[in-house]
Amino acid sequence: MNTMVEVMDKTTGAISSADLAQDRPSAATVGDVTVADPRMTCRDVDVWYGAKQAIKGVSLDIGKNEVLSMIGPSGCGKSTFLRCLNRMNDTIDGCRVTGSIKLDEQDIYDKALDPVPLRAQVGMVFQKPNPFPKSIYENVAYGPRIHGLTNNKAELDELVESSLRKAGLWNEVKDRLDQPGTGLSGGQQQRLCIARTIAVSPEVILMDEPCSALDPIATAIIEELIDELRANYSIAIVTHSMQQAARVSQRTAYFHLGDLIEVGETNQIFTNPQHRLTEDYITGRFG
Amino acid sequence: MNNPADTTPPRRAIDIVNASLKRRYARERRFRWLGATAVTLGMVFVVLLFADIILKGYTAFQQTYIQLPIELAAATIDPDGTRDPATLARADYMKLIREALREQFPEVRDRRDRRRLNSMISVGAPDLLRERVMADPALIGTTQELWILADDDIDMLVKGYIDRNAPESDRRVSDQMIGWINRLEAEGRVAKRFNTIFFTHGTSREPELAGIAGALMGSFYTLALTFLLSFPIGVGAALYLEEFAPKNRWTDLIEVNVNNLAAVPSIVFGLLGLAVFIGFFGVPRSTPLVAALVMTLMTLPTIIIASRVALKSVPPSIREAALGVGASPLQTQFHHVLPLALPGILTGSIIGMARALGETAPLLMIGMIAFIVDIPKGFTDAATVLPVQIFLWADSPERGFVERTSAAIIVLLAFLFVMNLAAVLLRRRFERRW
Repeated sequence: MNTMVEVMDKTTGAISSADLAQDRPSAATVGDVTVADPRMTCRDVDVWYGAKQAIKGVSLDIGKNEVLSMIGPSGCGKSTFLRCLNRMNDTIDGCRVTGSIKLDEQDIYDKALDPVPLRAQVGMVFQKPNPFPKSIYENVAYGPRIHGLTNNKAELDELVESSLRKAGLWNEVKDRLDQPGTGLSGGQQQRLCIARTIAVSPEVILMDEPCSALDPIATAIIEELIDELRANYSIAIVTHSMQQAARVSQRTAYFHLGDLIEVGETNQIFTNPQHRLTEDYITGRFG
Repeated sequence: MNNPADTTPPRRAIDIVNASLKRRYARERRFRWLGATAVTLGMVFVVLLFADIILKGYTAFQQTYIQLPIELAAATIDPDGTRDPATLARADYMKLIREALREQFPEVRDRRDRRRLNSMISVGAPDLLRERVMADPALIGTTQELWILADDDIDMLVKGYIDRNAPESDRRVSDQMIGWINRLEAEGRVAKRFNTIFFTHGTSREPELAGIAGALMGSFYTLALTFLLSFPIGVGAALYLEEFAPKNRWTDLIEVNVNNLAAVPSIVFGLLGLAVFIGFFGVPRSTPLVAALVMTLMTLPTIIIASRVALKSVPPSIREAALGVGASPLQTQFHHVLPLALPGILTGSIIGMARALGETAPLLMIGMIAFIVDIPKGFTDAATVLPVQIFLWADSPERGFVERTSAAIIVLLAFLFVMNLAAVLLRRRFERRW
């Protein structure tokens, strides 16, 4: 229930000043939404919360081994769109998704598709670090254990270690794996959540403002980590920080009031935006 | 509207604030004083209640015994010398006690006086002696100084509840008996000893033989079964309603009904149990089984409401985290949400159980008020429970039951206290931070 309220607030708290509303773009998105080598392809995705439309006909690809950042003012639907990609919106009452979202040519909103294994393929890191109130080891081991990814304790130990190494946390926690994950610092907790996500070997990792609760140093570590993870995973990240988007991503998508306004190479979006709304946003006129 | 004649400087905001400060502080002081008074008043009543119960009840934990040299004559107990338990059980132990008593008072010869003399001994004393002899047959043929249970009137006299100076017609013990007791006391043959009977025997018409063991076992069986039934059903219902059920008119209706059921007077549940469980399903009346079924109905709303609150307080981020790594909804609940909600669920359940332990009214409707001497040995034995036992004793005219009523209340309060303490400790033990 709380989740619904949270997301609803994001959608209803939209910028509603009159001049912005007049600038409502046409359905067409500026820039090329497709990539040569896509991992996920979304076409004409609409999302409704009850009678309210939160996402309007968004088409967007997520390429292999790329970081795609989604930016935009509060309530523009970027988080909603992200949550569609692993069907986390299923848990929200009254949420309806139409259009097609495919992961490797498989429609993830197919009636026959089970969202449980999907979420193992498309992992998610949340805004607030949310480790389980269990030990560090248990936090990472939980996913592999419920999916039966390992055959014995030794394999599980190995997987936990490699996941923590990939998340850049191993050296800091290797001596206290049995201590509660909630006892770590905020940045460490977030890296633990990333380790927990990559322990189930996803293909895509979704990150919903992963650094908004962290200090600049912890943020820098996570950003570095995101860049390293790109070698093995496709990453879609929602962020409020344009600098962060510029630093970590190869492509950037700008959302506004449920529309996808512009997509392009990150460099091009930040140096030479084509759409007026994009330009206004990145130059700090609003948002 | 500038009036040039008005030369007073404009009032500053801080002056207005300062002017009202005194009144604001006075209001706060009044409120604090009212709160302190209310708490003090409450504490005074609690202390008065406890003091009254304990002062009235503590004497019941001791019982008056009379020491007599009893000749355990083989001719009376075991004439054939076979030590056959059946023979030992049949023997006339009252005769042995009466003979010993007569030897203490050889001058009492009149039949009526002898009967009075015998009446100082509890009618249950021979049974206690039989148990003693059967447990140790080697005693047969010897003479033992044994403590024999006194009648409840003697007990009351020794404990000082009967005024020895009152006119003889106003008290239940005659001058003659007081004389005998005085003589026995002078010889050191009267003593108050720890009242084990109170904890090992079922109820009885005779106060000195009445105990709470039967009621305690009845309460135990009832409560155990109530917990076994209501905890899984209640937590399951809460889990379904809170996490899985669609939010529509039907679930709203169920929620309203659950909340209303928690406020239904308990006797209504008794009537329901009488009609449904006993009348329709033919569950034997007056048993822990039917009591537990009624108590389950009564406690379920409490457990469901407490569990839903506990489940609601688990942060949604934990659910998202579990779903995000691919846990199924049921795994999410059982691996993560339920363990975090457990302290709250347990606290609510124990409080529900404590309420069930103290409940009397619905049990009166399903026959738990019956006079049952035997200690129940299972869920389908006729039984009574502690609060009903207290209710029955409070209704009895004998003076000896007054202190027993209070003593039983002390035991009941002790159990309630332990249960609430357990709730607090469990909460501390399982509480986890996130």
